[in-house]
Amino acid sequence: MLSIGLGHYLTLAAIIFTIGVVGIFLNRKNVIVILMSIELILLAVNINLVAFSIFINDLSGQIFTLFILTVAAAEAAIGLAIIVVYFRNSDTIRVEEIKNLKG
Amino acid sequence: MIAHSVFFYIFSLIAIVSAVMVTVSKNTVHSVFFLILDFISISCLFIMVGAEFLGMIMLIVYVGAVAVLFLFVVMMLNVAEQKGQWFSSRWDGGTHIPVGLLVSLIIFFELIIVIGGWKYKPDLLNSLSINISTEVTNTRSIGNVLYTDYILLFQISGMILLVAMIGAIVLTYRERAGVKRQSYVKQISRERDEGVDLVEAERNKGVKIDA
Repeated sequence: MLSIGLGHYLTLAAIIFTIGVVGIFLNRKNVIVILMSIELILLAVNINLVAFSIFINDLSGQIFTLFILTVAAAEAAIGLAIIVVYFRNSDTIRVEEIKNLKG
Repeated sequence: MIAHSVFFYIFSLIAIVSAVMVTVSKNTVHSVFFLILDFISISCLFIMVGAEFLGMIMLIVYVGAVAVLFLFVVMMLNVAEQKGQWFSSRWDGGTHIPVGLLVSLIIFFELIIVIGGWKYKPDLLNSLSINISTEVTNTRSIGNVLYTDYILLFQISGMILLVAMIGAIVLTYRERAGVKRQSYVKQISRERDEGVDLVEAERNKGVKIDA
């Protein structure tokens, strides 16, 4: 309990990942919160990679974390641009009113 | 050792609570604030565990750029306050909340089972490529690897950022009426005949402008 090992970090990452998934499943408010949940999920993945990298003593995990950071930033920019365009066209981004795709 | 454990529990508790608050808060601006708090506490964990370059980069990229971008969009779209929208389920008959919680619980327990039963593969520690050296700093060792072994991936990630930037600009671009903009082609292709008018000025009469 007192000495922090790899399992603690993996558990923390699992909890944050699950919270992100819950946020995507249950969200009825607007799409921006869904994007934030995706950021949470990517953050959990980063925690996993960094924890493994430190505890196995291999630097590759931190390099991959950098690349995930890059992709997360690009994804956030594109997603927010799509949201802005959608809001301009239809004056709402509430999830329950977005049904143009008839999904 | 004790201090390490105490700080780990403090930071992870703050991270979990703020992640929950990102999901459940009614006000989207509050969600963004809790997202920032989450990133900060996770980057504190990174710095604590020894990956200080990534911790600082997380602070700069996520808190400084991504979260501020979120905040900007939330405030620009004026969707911050949406009353009574806390997981309202009138849309599909109210079945998605229990089903979603069930699926999430199953995901969580699967992850916990994987972590609990997980062990190093015996030959994993022998197959390492890049060891973390204790003699140079974390930033320097990342730089040594990133600009040599991973240079192609590094450049590809730069291309990804470029394409994302172009995509965001193209998506949000729109033509507005009544904007006077510079036309380079028109400027360059102007001839002397249409630009200059030679007038024979008479004595004591002057020249009419805008005739």
